[in-house]
Amino acid sequence: MSNLKKLTSKRLFLPIFCMILVMMVNIIFDLASGNFPFSFFTISTRNGVLYGRLIDVLNRGSEIAILAIGMTLVVSASAGTDISVGSVMSLSAAFCCMLLAGFGVSSATQLQMPLIVGVLAGILMGCLCGVFNGALVAYLNVQPMVATLILYSAARAIGLLLCNNLIVYIRDDSFKFFGGFFGPVPTPIVIAVICVAIMSVILKKTALGLYIQSVGINKKASRIAGLNSERIIFLCYVICGLCAGIAGIVNASRISSADSNNIGLSYELDAILSVALGGNSLGGGKFSLIGSIIGAYTIQAITTTLFAIGVSTDQAPVYKAIIVIIIVAIQAPPVSAYLKQRAAKKALAKGVN
Amino acid sequence: MKKVLGVVACAAVATSMVMGANAEDLIKVGFAQVGHESDWRTASTKSAQEVFSEENGYDLQFVDCDNDSAAQLEAVRGFIEQDVDYIIIDPIVATGWDTVLTECEDAGIPVVVIDRTIDDSDKYVSWVGSNFLTEGKACGEWLKEYAAAKGMDEVNVLVIEGTNGSSAQIGRTDGFKEVADAEGWTILDSQDGDFTQAGGQEVMESYCKSYEGQFNVVICQNDNEAFGAMDAMKAAGVSYGPEGDVVLVSFDGNKPAMESLLAGDLTAVFECNPLAAPTVEAVLQQLQAGETPEKETYMVEGWFANEDVVSSITIDGEEQPVTQMTDEVLANRAY
Repeated sequence: MSNLKKLTSKRLFLPIFCMILVMMVNIIFDLASGNFPFSFFTISTRNGVLYGRLIDVLNRGSEIAILAIGMTLVVSASAGTDISVGSVMSLSAAFCCMLLAGFGVSSATQLQMPLIVGVLAGILMGCLCGVFNGALVAYLNVQPMVATLILYSAARAIGLLLCNNLIVYIRDDSFKFFGGFFGPVPTPIVIAVICVAIMSVILKKTALGLYIQSVGINKKASRIAGLNSERIIFLCYVICGLCAGIAGIVNASRISSADSNNIGLSYELDAILSVALGGNSLGGGKFSLIGSIIGAYTIQAITTTLFAIGVSTDQAPVYKAIIVIIIVAIQAPPVSAYLKQRAAKKALAKGVN
Repeated sequence: MKKVLGVVACAAVATSMVMGANAEDLIKVGFAQVGHESDWRTASTKSAQEVFSEENGYDLQFVDCDNDSAAQLEAVRGFIEQDVDYIIIDPIVATGWDTVLTECEDAGIPVVVIDRTIDDSDKYVSWVGSNFLTEGKACGEWLKEYAAAKGMDEVNVLVIEGTNGSSAQIGRTDGFKEVADAEGWTILDSQDGDFTQAGGQEVMESYCKSYEGQFNVVICQNDNEAFGAMDAMKAAGVSYGPEGDVVLVSFDGNKPAMESLLAGDLTAVFECNPLAAPTVEAVLQQLQAGETPEKETYMVEGWFANEDVVSSITIDGEEQPVTQMTDEVLANRAY
């Protein structure tokens, strides 16, 4: 009993519990429809690559997971959200594809410059957007929502301009790598793992994580204590832009084209949601990066589950909303306070008897 | 300096007067386009700009409304103020048009609606666009002939639909379903791929797992979804195209899709013709001559296949040819 209590009091318990809850739906569904109950979790290899719904969740959830890294830091440091990430993804992808295909070309079979240059330039474009957002928020003290609203509406349009209002197709197999396979594993999973690993190491081995949290909890006090609060907030936005750039390239590579109108469309909402699902307060301060990542995959698990069950797709957002409401409600402080209170009362009653 | 400026100004006034005199003879046409969201739209815009050129005797006022319906209403009011001769609208939304169309009527400017429809007003002289229901039926009729020719004993279909509620999705779904029901085909599943490649990819990825080995036809309601479906099937090791296990069919027929059709990835493509401008011009010429044009004009569309298995299909009692895609056909396509 005490072990269970220890487990439930862990910070990451609720996010993980929610994810398992979502996946359980699949077991119930498979049982009900007479299939093998664990078919959702079966991983096999096909054509020499990993194959299975769990792999789909990890694969398709990569972009949101990468975005969630940056979003977590931004939320923690500035108590605000970067709503431009989806548009920045689109801009990075458009810039990368424009460089690779040449301006005004809608379908390129030959790359105009080395792949790596185009990709790095695309990611750099993401960083640049981060610099813009960061400068507005950190140094000009513009509210994060307002500051990032600028690129939210502008970045996608700039991308369209870069692509001359066309969908730019890169018909070169090397470009497909970032959304394809690295050995037997889908490359987006590898990229997401690398991003998370690097960020975790930075947060663990340097004081950055601590600085971000202290700035988020109290900006003024942190400055008095000797931290350069502005620079830390600025850095968070740049990292967020970097993440958006990487996610944009992955997304473009998946469809081997820069579809400016659709890449990263409403991804910002999923990224913010994954931070919230991860048990992080949107009011800034303490954060758990792994919580956000779990949140990101939970969102994807919901989507994949709905696909698997074959929920009519026009109704899917309703179910998604219901699940999200339940998850957020479980994690809401008043609910957990109530549960704690009840447990305490029970314990007290036991003590009296 | 002042003198130079004066000369330039005089020259500018003089040129504008000359231009103004010329503009008198031109037919002024205002075109409020939806935006530039796809290759299809770009082709539609280009077609209008080519047909309504000065050489052809038109003065085209083109406004790209960027998918903003308020901007489109503004654009139409702008045309009324400029006193154009005709207004062409590709309505972003189907409702909310009655007031502004009444204004057009009061100003005596005939309105021609293209592509999308207006549901809450009939104060326009003509509508020119695609019949999505016919496209869906064409797909069904073709599949019927194809299955018979190839000796497919069972037809198990997966559909990747377009954005739910769009007229293209409704028409193509209903048209195909009509034939499918009559033939007793099984439609295993039908989900929304949102007309995008990423959407098609994700839906197909799930289909490959849910209906492993059970399907032999995949219908994608636009080209982009078909590309996504190809990616997903490739990853799952499902072979498609005329040589493969799965018959892959797409709608719209932009250049990349036609290239895929020629390469043998797609088995058939059902065109949705974006080149409305020539038909619209015919309508305008009728109006110029004082005739009353048809209220609804459907675009002439082509059906294309990779192999020469089915040469013609019968839609609603009318026989229509199916073109086999060749290098020559591809080279002659305008978009």
